[in-house]
Amino acid sequence: MSVTAFLTDSTLCIGCKACEVACKEWNGVAEDGFNWSGFSYDNTGALGASTWRHVKFVEHAPEAGFGGNAAEVNSWTFSSDVCKHCEHAGCLEACPTGALVRTEFGGVFLQPDVCNGCGYCVVTCPFGVVARNEEDGRAFKCTFCYDRQKAGLVPACAKACPTESIQFGELGHLQQKARVRVRDLHERGMNDAELYDASGSSVGGTHAMFIVRGDVRSYNLPPKPEVPTVYLKKAWGASALAAGVLLAGSLLAFLMERRSE
Amino acid sequence: MSTQRQIPKEGASDLDREQRLVQLRAQAELRGKVTAAGIRPAGAPFPVASPETGYYGIPLLKQPSWTWEVPLYFFVGGAAGAAAVMGAIASYTGADPKLVRDARWIAAAGAVISPALLVADLGRPERFLAMMRVFKPRSPMSIGVWTLLGFSGAAAATAFAEFVRERYGPSLPVRVMENAGQALSLAFGLPFSNYTGVLIGATAIPVWNQNAGDLPIHFGASGVGAAVGLLELMGHQKSRALQTLGLGAALFECWEGWRIESRQSAGLDPLKHGASGWMVRAGGVLSGPLPLALRALSLASGGDRSRTFRRWAGISALAGSLITRVAWVQAGHASARDWRQPLGIEDQDSLTQ
Repeated sequence: MSVTAFLTDSTLCIGCKACEVACKEWNGVAEDGFNWSGFSYDNTGALGASTWRHVKFVEHAPEAGFGGNAAEVNSWTFSSDVCKHCEHAGCLEACPTGALVRTEFGGVFLQPDVCNGCGYCVVTCPFGVVARNEEDGRAFKCTFCYDRQKAGLVPACAKACPTESIQFGELGHLQQKARVRVRDLHERGMNDAELYDASGSSVGGTHAMFIVRGDVRSYNLPPKPEVPTVYLKKAWGASALAAGVLLAGSLLAFLMERRSE
Repeated sequence: MSTQRQIPKEGASDLDREQRLVQLRAQAELRGKVTAAGIRPAGAPFPVASPETGYYGIPLLKQPSWTWEVPLYFFVGGAAGAAAVMGAIASYTGADPKLVRDARWIAAAGAVISPALLVADLGRPERFLAMMRVFKPRSPMSIGVWTLLGFSGAAAATAFAEFVRERYGPSLPVRVMENAGQALSLAFGLPFSNYTGVLIGATAIPVWNQNAGDLPIHFGASGVGAAVGLLELMGHQKSRALQTLGLGAALFECWEGWRIESRQSAGLDPLKHGASGWMVRAGGVLSGPLPLALRALSLASGGDRSRTFRRWAGISALAGSLITRVAWVQAGHASARDWRQPLGIEDQDSLTQ
């Protein structure tokens, strides 16, 4: 089975949120409140237990070439966010029940029938994707439409996307496609276009890649994500040191007491 | 998800919405600005997404979903683990049998309370056993669960065997159980007393992972301070070994406090500012300088006064240990709410709303 991936191209996204809706419909995900956020047309805010696709509305000062707006109107771009399905996934490494697994398609899948809601994946995801549903008790995130992929279908979000901003395919093929697309955008004068796939970090690349224009920070994408397992060596070293000091200290303290008696 | 939303909830009538809008307009006229999200008066700065403001200042990371049981578990587990180690060493070196017994009882109490707290925190407590499907050396939570399991069994068995021996007299199986239980509670107690520092250190939360090399030592010392305090409150106010260990733990905590205060990094802000900052400081003073001074006074004075000072040092260290655990979890929440950190944005005053 080939390793699959998403390529989400923000330069093609029109902010229709069809991916959010298709995801909710296919996966039976609950609504996340009908509230106005005041942040452009994004009333969802972030990925969460009930939001597995999330369209960001990156609105900023008027800038030529962004959305083709008049000079007095704010410019914007849109980008559909999703679980990154990391090569070295913090949540997968941290899960103490084995509920989080790597599928044959290379995605990270959370088995809802195993998860016991310990919440450790929530704090070990460097992208803030996984969240616990407080009513249900378990953690939830994008399944990469594992069920659809098993049946040879395209994930619901990619299927619903009307502009092919969300592309689904084989990882190597999409990486190649992304490079060509970025080069193409540069040739058209969009020199701020870049591919975000965290490949230079300890995350080791993602199976959900993004083409964004401008600074990745305005898309809430961390410039230097770290998989938390990089801190293990230091932390366990300190733990061993603390245990050694406690052992030696106790021995010393009680032996000294005995001698003085 | 965690942005402020105070505007009409589901099912609010059109009239409610209109009234809220009128309220907001009145507020805008009076104050010149509106802090509520959602409706902005004309002329107010529109929120923008930029390299300085991130994505509208919406936090990238999720706050821990843990409930109050978790910091309490850190406290109980730390004290129980350290008590088990002290009890075993005291037993091996032939110290006062009453001290050994009390230390074992603290460990056993922790062995019962800790799993209960941990299970209660789960979103699906009935699925606790799912943790026993796998052993994952790269997951501190998995290692911790197995350590807790071993520790709980060993500490409970030790205390039970001692109880049976004292009541019904010594016998071979009981002695085997007591000795094996003690050796195992020493072996499991050592990591159990400080692994919670690794647990929160190896996460994506900036204030925790920036202290990954300090937290296990900090939490270990905090557990020793609490265990010594408990034993002293149980009447062991003459033990010089406990005094030495209490002094050592207080010294370590002073050093840790100095480490926190002396390092300059925006990521450490939750340890110095706001509610979590004050809690960290309060916990630090109660665990470090205060018991250190009280123990010094106790050493300098004699008789009843010395014991009174020691009792207060013990109470202070116990309170300090509990507050320290709560404070670090709160600091984690504050750190996750800080949208600048994971995006590497330094300027603290860029988004004024």
